[in-house]
Amino acid sequence: MPLRTPVNETDYLFGSMNAPIELVEYGDYQCPHCGRAHPIVKDLLQRVGQQVKFVFRNFPLSKIHPQARMAALAAEAAGLQNKYWTMHDILYENQKRLHHTALLEYAAGIGLQMDQFTVDMEREDLATKVDSHFYSGMRSGVSATPTFFINGEKYTGSWENDDLLQYLKSSFPL
Amino acid sequence: MLPIQSQAPDFELYATPDQKIKLSSLQGKRVILAFYPADWSPVCSDQMALYNEMLEYFHKANAQVIGISVDGKWCHMSFSADRKLHFPLLADFEPKGAVAKAYGVYNEEIGECQRALFVIDEKGTIAWNYLSPVGVNPGADGIMDALEEMDKTKKA
Repeated sequence: MPLRTPVNETDYLFGSMNAPIELVEYGDYQCPHCGRAHPIVKDLLQRVGQQVKFVFRNFPLSKIHPQARMAALAAEAAGLQNKYWTMHDILYENQKRLHHTALLEYAAGIGLQMDQFTVDMEREDLATKVDSHFYSGMRSGVSATPTFFINGEKYTGSWENDDLLQYLKSSFPL
Repeated sequence: MLPIQSQAPDFELYATPDQKIKLSSLQGKRVILAFYPADWSPVCSDQMALYNEMLEYFHKANAQVIGISVDGKWCHMSFSADRKLHFPLLADFEPKGAVAKAYGVYNEEIGECQRALFVIDEKGTIAWNYLSPVGVNPGADGIMDALEEMDKTKKA
């Protein structure tokens, strides 16, 4: 199934813009499976560095993960101060502690301008962005998290251990 | 499974321990019937959690989502509370699987509903259907496509 909303200028891109492989993850900061996938993805990006560009989009299941959406907003707000990926990592490394005070603590810890951060957390356009991530994922066939898309096609295989890396190695000249 | 364009068979099933829902009482609204094998199982839980996040989008399309399985009403109540579901789960419990059978989506061998979706229009006609492999969460994109398609034909 194709990714209905292609990667665009509103997405934060990790890696080289010209990398031949585009990996998109739809994830939820409070989802334990996504938490397990996080170090796997990081490790993969380190190993295939120049070949893969990575995009993360939010798919918060708010009714079972009540802190996921706020965490997503914290990452987006950090992004406005050029610390998107730093915050992204912190959130996944502290999945069990994502309440509001904790988010502020993490933001301060990475040196964000706090007045700005708290204002940005409430920004309507960031909320809309998170909602549009959810919507684009749902319309692209995301039914649970994490779901990956490789060059615009939904990846239905396993991402556990180094399965995703092996898949990329077998499908692309890495 | 019952084909598109056929009349959706009416039914009345327990949604809570003391309340029943009758399909025909929802006429004027679109209804998304999601037959699923069992409360608590991992795939069903993911599927219901997704629909739970979709309620606002369904509502905008004048559609009500309803889950149906052969689990009893008390089981549904407990599952629904645990997963914080905000839409009804109906108990196709007695006679077991009768509604699933009427829709042609009962698995006789296992004694559970198949994983099947129906979108029923405002007049009670089946506008779209989908039978998913039992271990695969069908997501919501097919439902949304169907609802959009219905909007288009309505306007045309």
